[in-house]
Amino acid sequence: MAGADADDGSDVSWTPIRTGILRDALGVGIATGAYGLSFGAISTAAGLSVVQTCVLSLVMFTGGSQFAMVGVIGGGGAALTGAATGILLGVRNSFYAVRLARLLDVHGWRRPVAAQLVIDESTAMAVMRTTPRAGRLAFWATGASVYVCWNLATLIGALSAHAFSDPRVLGLDAAAPAAFLALMAPRLRSREPWVVALVAATVALVSVPFVPAGVPVLFAAAVAVIAGVRPVAGSRPVAGSRPDPGSRPDAGFRPDAGFRPDAGAPPAPASAGEGGA
Amino acid sequence: MWLAIFAGSLGCFMLKLVGLSLPRKVVEVPRVKHTADLLPVALLTALIATQTFTSGRHLQLDARAVGLVAAVVAVRLRAPFLVVVAVACLVTALLRLAT
Repeated sequence: MAGADADDGSDVSWTPIRTGILRDALGVGIATGAYGLSFGAISTAAGLSVVQTCVLSLVMFTGGSQFAMVGVIGGGGAALTGAATGILLGVRNSFYAVRLARLLDVHGWRRPVAAQLVIDESTAMAVMRTTPRAGRLAFWATGASVYVCWNLATLIGALSAHAFSDPRVLGLDAAAPAAFLALMAPRLRSREPWVVALVAATVALVSVPFVPAGVPVLFAAAVAVIAGVRPVAGSRPVAGSRPDPGSRPDAGFRPDAGFRPDAGAPPAPASAGEGGA
Repeated sequence: MWLAIFAGSLGCFMLKLVGLSLPRKVVEVPRVKHTADLLPVALLTALIATQTFTSGRHLQLDARAVGLVAAVVAVRLRAPFLVVVAVACLVTALLRLAT
């Protein structure tokens, strides 16, 4: 494990926390393996070789993008179109990375390593922790665990494509939503994340028939941006037209939503992420 | 194909790296912080919704929805993570078998 900050854990309260995080990280890795099997199978069925399938998991390493890419290719689309769709689905990792930047604070060679591990699961595991130390360990442990399991499962799935070519039979297509749900549930303790979650899900679903794959989730990100850049305290929201109550911005969230003297310029978090494409 | 694999992977990697490389001054602006805190919640919920209730570009209600409900129940019962995932898969698979 790349455990950037997993020190010797000598203090008493840390050891059980660390054990819990490592166990959860392994669990998430195993669950991810379930859809890694289907990825391997679907990818070879779409016409990629076993080697190409495995390289994709090793170097792209972001499930949603990989499924999208082989989906396009399997449906008869051009490989580069598939790659473009995959990149579009990868935009959400930029948003995750923005959130993780301040937690991880990585520099030098660690930054590209950490970047490669920025995915749904490692982010969800990291942001649900209450201390930065636990969050960092959760990120690295989950990232490493998923990296190993996802790639092993890809290989197995690719080699035994006939057994897993229809992930629906084993209900494997229900694995990812259930995993995200279990990972996110602890975040929904106060009103604002609930509202954002519900609005985001609704916006994404409503937009699905009208926009290409990957875009609905970006609309959901826009919901978070609108909620996030609203005036922080006191005044009612003016920007969003959405039912956006929550006059208590950060109840139970991170206790760092206070004002800072340097809070001058209105930031542009969304463009910061999307500009990377 | 190889070109697509490496181009796609490079694109995805750069997207991750760009987010991590924002200067501290930017990520510590309160509104950026607040937004960044909300982003994982919004994105993951949207993923849950789209992966459960859509098929291609159509909305679709099928066995996956029942699997998700089972997962919600498991979470409410404080089931361990892997149990939640297994319950969702099992319920979805069994329902498909039965229908």
